[in-house]
Amino acid sequence: MSKTFPGGIHPSEHKKRSKKEQIRKAADPKIAVIPLCQHIGTPAEPLVNVGDIVKIGQPLGDSERYVSAAVHASIGGKIIAIEPRLTPFGAKVLSVVIENNGDQDVHPSVRPYPNFKDLSKTDIRKIIRGAGIVGLGGAAFPTRVKLQPPPDKVIKTIIINGAECEPYLTCDYRLLIEQPKKVILGLKAIMKPTDALEGIIAIEDNKPEAITAIQKAIDEEVSHHNLRVAVLKTKYPQGAEKQLIKAITKREVPSGGLPADVHCIVNNVGTAVAIAKALTTGMPLIERIVTVTGGSISEPSNLLVRIGTPFSELVEQCGGFLEEPTKIIMGGPLMGISVPSIDVPVIKATSGILVPSKKELDDLEPEPCIRCAKCVDSCPQYLLPNLLGDASENDRFDLSKSYGALDCIECGVCSYVCPAKRNLVQLIKLSKNELLRKK
Amino acid sequence: MKPLLVTPAPHMKSKDTNARVMLDVLIALLPATVAALFFFGFNAVIIILTGLISAWIFELIALKLKKAPVTRADLRSASITGLLLALIIAPSVPWWMVVVGTFIAIFIAKHAFGGLGHNIFNPALIGRAFMVASWPILMTAWLKPFDAIATATPLATVNPAPATYLQLFLGNVGGSMGETSALALLIGAAYLFYRQAIEWRLPFAYLGTVVVISLIFRVDPVFQLLSGGLMIGAFFMATDPVTTPVTKPGRLIFGIGCGIITMVLRMGAGYPEGVCYSILLMNATTPLLDRYARGRIFGYK
Repeated sequence: MSKTFPGGIHPSEHKKRSKKEQIRKAADPKIAVIPLCQHIGTPAEPLVNVGDIVKIGQPLGDSERYVSAAVHASIGGKIIAIEPRLTPFGAKVLSVVIENNGDQDVHPSVRPYPNFKDLSKTDIRKIIRGAGIVGLGGAAFPTRVKLQPPPDKVIKTIIINGAECEPYLTCDYRLLIEQPKKVILGLKAIMKPTDALEGIIAIEDNKPEAITAIQKAIDEEVSHHNLRVAVLKTKYPQGAEKQLIKAITKREVPSGGLPADVHCIVNNVGTAVAIAKALTTGMPLIERIVTVTGGSISEPSNLLVRIGTPFSELVEQCGGFLEEPTKIIMGGPLMGISVPSIDVPVIKATSGILVPSKKELDDLEPEPCIRCAKCVDSCPQYLLPNLLGDASENDRFDLSKSYGALDCIECGVCSYVCPAKRNLVQLIKLSKNELLRKK
Repeated sequence: MKPLLVTPAPHMKSKDTNARVMLDVLIALLPATVAALFFFGFNAVIIILTGLISAWIFELIALKLKKAPVTRADLRSASITGLLLALIIAPSVPWWMVVVGTFIAIFIAKHAFGGLGHNIFNPALIGRAFMVASWPILMTAWLKPFDAIATATPLATVNPAPATYLQLFLGNVGGSMGETSALALLIGAAYLFYRQAIEWRLPFAYLGTVVVISLIFRVDPVFQLLSGGLMIGAFFMATDPVTTPVTKPGRLIFGIGCGIITMVLRMGAGYPEGVCYSILLMNATTPLLDRYARGRIFGYK
């Protein structure tokens, strides 16, 4: 029986377009724009100057601060600017702009490490930190921080999140099928410094090929007694950290707490593969898998993309647009963000570039709430989204707080189900911002 | 290239709309409507048409006065009110009384409180309560099905023997037009469950409470379930989303409260039926239940 959590929704999957497309390497960008802050936390400080020639894998920026991540050159070339550039989030962020000179040599700092067995816990943490690895599921939280939970927390279970519950996206699915051994290596690399007893790869039951591939890879491991696949029901938001832990361990992360409070750490499939690559080749995080899809894309694909490549070049490599785009979304349709321009660069958090057709975007005008409580019955956090929405609309943030606005995981289920087409999650985010600002 | 549209997530929404939710209720009321036409013939045609048409007219006037646009959801919501009102009154009621009842339902109970989504009390039940208070004799002049001869509702008779379970189940008894056939109402309710338009907590808490109280006070629970307005009340009135709690514990309490009040009125009051008032009384508690009968949030003990 597939495991799951209470609540949630079953949106149409739209994965067929790209799920059979093998990962192919996208062309290197002519000009790469690499923002120095692509993660949650402190921006990195630039380590290079305009005019410098950089090689692949060379550090461009780093920070001494704890919650931060290094960024690296994804192509070889000349630095033509270090200036604020537009990012997918709509803000201008200090970025290093590299003009490609076709040099395929890697930077001398990129060296393969000794055998995985011979690496100490500190070595692994150091490598992950040096490689600038962040959560590749979309939140881009620095992975190194995740792997160093407060000393009073005992970690028992590492979960690799392969649920990929967002419709349209297939990048994690392709990694599970094409690179299962790297997923397992990444999992083992996370288990080692955290002293975890058990490693679990969580996959939804609409991906039987992925389940088979991973199971086979586990069986081929010499020592695999503490590794297993957890099959989950296909439901959104199955891949949300708290819901994933609930489904697998039946434990609930306490309000305001961390997965470590229930002895878990969750990492995305892409993150595991990035860790595996860093450990074997020494190559930092300079590329990721991006699903380019949607009704407006002629040839939906899963591409291996260098960080800093503009969205526009990837769309061209997928046959261009079928119709003029109305909206371009980074990520999935439920939690993704709509980007302000097609020229923004791929960053570490870009799991997908989704360009829906006009037919797929049928935005209706909001109507009055009829209190049908579909949002209440679907909320995976057991909140009362319609009442939270009312509280936000009336500036009653005291009420939003008592209704648990800060426990909202912003999955968007309430807005999805609402027959009155109210954008409830947006209203709740308003309350959250207001409450966090006052804190 | 045109500037891109930048909007907050989610960028994908369900096909569900307010208008669709309303349509589901109308579809679910079809079997009961057909049963009413079958048992009460021409009287039923007049009352149902009067209910529907006057509801549309009053809705349009109210929206016009408020300078609000007329949406499909508005018209369907008015249809539900008009049809429900027609189904919960006696088939002998003259048409002009239905017009007055619908006026009270749409104008006073719904639009005076702010219109769709804002009313505290179930509009159709307010319409009916107004009619019962104004014309108590006419409102309880029940007809025997098929032959239009005056009869008593089985609930008003001292001895329930005159109506068999089968008669009650099929609806071949005196009573309000759409209330008599439990079968027709259950078919409609099954559709509402299938469409996930209603949720089990409220109706089953209501019916369950009626059964438990019947067993405690040694009255026939099957008879209590099948007679009067309980079925239409539990599945179509107490599940009206606007006037009932959104919280899960709130729905349970609401249902139990309805059950208790219904049975108190049926057994203790000089009045044969308590469904209408039980739901109206509990409607008044909805804001309170939403505020205080909240469930547990994820991550709390």
